[in-house]
Amino acid sequence: MTATSQNPTPASTPASTTADDGTDGPQGARPDGVALQARAITLAYDKAVIFEGLDLSVGQGEITTLIGANGSGKSTILKAFGRLLSPTAGTIELHGTPMRSQSARAVARQLAILPQKPLTPTATSVRDLVSRGRHPHQSLWRPWTAGDAAIIDAALAATGLLELADRDAGSLSGGQLQRAWIALVLAQEAPTILLDEPTTFLDLSHQLDVLRLVRRINRERGSTVVMVLHDLSLAARFSDRLVVIGRGRVLADGAPWDVLTPEVLHDAFDLEALVIADPATGTPLVVPVEFETEEGSVMRSLLGSANLTL
Amino acid sequence: MTGTDVRADTAAPTAASPGRGARRRELRILGRRIDLQVLVVTVVVLVVVVFVALLGIVAGSSSLTIPDALRTLLGAGTGAEQLIVFELRLPRVAGALVVGCALGIAGALTQTFARNPLATPDIIGVTSGAAFGAVAVIVFSGGVYAVGAGTLSLGVPLAATLGALITAAIVYGLSWKGGVDSFRLILIGIGATATLMGLIRWFIARAQLVEAATASQWLAGSLSGISWTSVVPVVVVLLIVTPIAMTQTFALEIGRLGDDMSTGLGVALQRHRIIVIACAVVLAAAAVSAAGPIEFIAFVAPQIARRIAGTGRPPLLLSGFMGALVVVGADLIARALLPSPVPVGIITAIVGAPYLIWLLTRRKERETLR
Repeated sequence: MTATSQNPTPASTPASTTADDGTDGPQGARPDGVALQARAITLAYDKAVIFEGLDLSVGQGEITTLIGANGSGKSTILKAFGRLLSPTAGTIELHGTPMRSQSARAVARQLAILPQKPLTPTATSVRDLVSRGRHPHQSLWRPWTAGDAAIIDAALAATGLLELADRDAGSLSGGQLQRAWIALVLAQEAPTILLDEPTTFLDLSHQLDVLRLVRRINRERGSTVVMVLHDLSLAARFSDRLVVIGRGRVLADGAPWDVLTPEVLHDAFDLEALVIADPATGTPLVVPVEFETEEGSVMRSLLGSANLTL
Repeated sequence: MTGTDVRADTAAPTAASPGRGARRRELRILGRRIDLQVLVVTVVVLVVVVFVALLGIVAGSSSLTIPDALRTLLGAGTGAEQLIVFELRLPRVAGALVVGCALGIAGALTQTFARNPLATPDIIGVTSGAAFGAVAVIVFSGGVYAVGAGTLSLGVPLAATLGALITAAIVYGLSWKGGVDSFRLILIGIGATATLMGLIRWFIARAQLVEAATASQWLAGSLSGISWTSVVPVVVVLLIVTPIAMTQTFALEIGRLGDDMSTGLGVALQRHRIIVIACAVVLAAAAVSAAGPIEFIAFVAPQIARRIAGTGRPPLLLSGFMGALVVVGADLIARALLPSPVPVGIITAIVGAPYLIWLLTRRKERETLR
């Protein structure tokens, strides 16, 4: 999996992937539009190269969701954006400045990340857990202030956790705990937020809770959100832009209706599916179909590339 | 944030039942949030430490009373009292205090860092590395570092520190796999300890009788031969290293959320890891070179501290004071209550090992990992 990133789909959003060489236009060509910019990055675990020469940018104020099959490397890209994994080549810029040139604390003030499996500490109240989000803003010279307390209260209120603030974090249910982690990220007050599979292990209603919360944060605070999701229909419902990852490159990139086509689904997920309009929201809804292989291919060619709207 | 719903007990984290409030009372001192329970417990333990230390000074074969001892410490004692207090008793008591303190802080650092109460300097091989260095010097120098005579010069402490640092670097390097896996760290540490102890036994077996006896006594963890010459280096190390370790308090707290979360919250992980490990190794090496490997202090003291403070991780200073208390107390028992003097390391091992077994049998998964 060492293919060079290309953009096979028509450029459908202003902030889509850039050309291969990563040198088109000087830095700051889109000064206000780009929150994160990966330039020709190579990502590898030990010797296994996952991406080589990948270019990907994230527009400010957008909800961008990375989707792809298991093992496609979507979380790997998110880890690189969150500097949990250092590219072996290339650079990642955060708001126009290379991330490597900034201190860990300075980056943390601009970029928050909720990893897939944070550890829930013992003997820690929800409020204390959320207060850890203030860490990048504190130092030996700037200790705790009333402002910090107010920000934590606001984060608890936004996530509906004020009632539970004094409970032990270990006693929360899965959905409550996920809201507590999001509250922590909110308390960090970073303009860009990365969420690695924030809905895993939650039932549908709590998945919706979390994603509605994410959208509200995006709309109300203007936060840039980059997340990894598994559920394609939920991803389509809550994202401004979908980036489909597979075979070591970006397979498709754009608005949900442009990206979620039967071809892309077949290509990226080896999935035969119809894409219909969600009766509730009008966003794309992916409906897997039960075709036997031969008819399946016939059906697929019959369906063509048109998005079937019922 | 001064809540009224303070937890009344000092429950271990696992005992915190779901519905119960976990809000803790806090004080603001110079803009810093100080946990009230931790503060109170720390002060109480400090008072108890002072009291037990005074007992340690008066315990022995002279009719010294606590008021006598206090008077002498303040400089108003008779010549005989001065001799007993400053030359005979105080070095030993002070040695117990600083050695215990250093081991307690070292244990708190490594336990929190590895998110596992088993990850203490004794278990991850730091102590046996120090012991290896020290025994090598004792045996191969022809016995000039007779511990009993208190003629420890720079050789033993230096060799112990070197041995500890090298062992720590090897164990840490081998257990590194994109992060610190505490189980790898512990298992490799146990392996390193076994190897080093084998080598130490071989050294002793082929050594001359005098050196072998010296080394054996040193290995048991004894305060009997301690003098000001070996106490002072530990004091210096404590004064330098403790403030450095304290700067990592926030990062240690954040570290409980996992490595990824720590990075996300702006902890420079590499630097943090090196500082914490270096502080723990230097503290443990200083303690071991002064009094030999006193077993289980680094393991037990932070765990007691964490339980009485009701916190999720052992507070650093409280762990130090608790270590001091345990060593001074154990030495007092070893000297005054038993029919014949026993090295303090034997007492702590006899008390500490059952505690380790108890912790292993009752621990829940989450308690080990966080």
